[in-house]
Amino acid sequence: MNLEGKKALVTGASRGIGREIALELARCGADVVVNYAGNEQLAQEVVEEIRKLGKKSMAIRANVADSQEVEQMVKEAIDYLGGLHILVNNAGITRDQLIVRMKESEWDEVLDVNLKGVFLTTKAVTRQMMKQKQGRIINISSIVGASGNAGQANYVAAKSGIIGLTKTTAKELASRNITVNAVAPGFITTDMTSQLTEDVKNDLAKQIPLGRLGEPKDIAKTVAFLSSDNSSYITGQTIHVNGGMYM
Amino acid sequence: MSDVFERVKNIIVERLGVEDEKVTMEATFKDDLGADSLDVVELVMELEDEFGLQFSDEDSEKIVTVGDAVKYIESKL
Repeated sequence: MNLEGKKALVTGASRGIGREIALELARCGADVVVNYAGNEQLAQEVVEEIRKLGKKSMAIRANVADSQEVEQMVKEAIDYLGGLHILVNNAGITRDQLIVRMKESEWDEVLDVNLKGVFLTTKAVTRQMMKQKQGRIINISSIVGASGNAGQANYVAAKSGIIGLTKTTAKELASRNITVNAVAPGFITTDMTSQLTEDVKNDLAKQIPLGRLGEPKDIAKTVAFLSSDNSSYITGQTIHVNGGMYM
Repeated sequence: MSDVFERVKNIIVERLGVEDEKVTMEATFKDDLGADSLDVVELVMELEDEFGLQFSDEDSEKIVTVGDAVKYIESKL
């Protein structure tokens, strides 16, 4: 996948899937701004790795649920990179709880970061991409956004919301040569899934037709494709990357 | 006609590909000049660059005619 000369911003890129997406885009030739919410050291490590690949990179702290921080981040990123062709809305949190026990604050926190954050960041980059008449927006949804999942009402609602938001953004911006797609990962081995025991992971693998949990690079390579010129006729779609676990 | 009007008109003619004489103070962007919502957003962005101004989202929504845009810009200069 060739992304030479492209400029990218990846939210929530200090670890997990976001980190791998940032690195993969850089391996394909893009300059990448690494957004993070809390862990500056991890974010800086990603930046160093990208620089070793000979690409420009910097870390910017911002809470994607805060419109002012998002606007500031996007402005800094565009100034630093000299443009912006690729936005990956990856930042996400979990506050798992059965609905009967879920606090209103747990609902709000997850919806604010995982869904409102996508809206705010998309809104902030739209001007630049419209001026360029070129852009790729990739939103990270989840398998559970399509299938539902007990104990994750807030997360599922947000991830399902991302699919509708993706379709609407795609329709609004298609005439400006901006494509907008979602990627819905299945079970991917990251910090978010590391609490699971080996037994649970083995049981999970048995439910997956391809017989293994996914890895961050499975998602990153799909995002790189959707960021590239090879996907120019794909917009408003949700690509499920889950080993066949949900079809 | 004001200098602001002439500058606004030039941008509209170039951006929307309409004829000069169609761009009057009373012309509406959508019905008379054939702009869609996104065209209007882009026009506002260009006017911001041209005049070094920021249109707030609330103010942008109120701009329906060429005259609305010209008067708004004149009030800010």
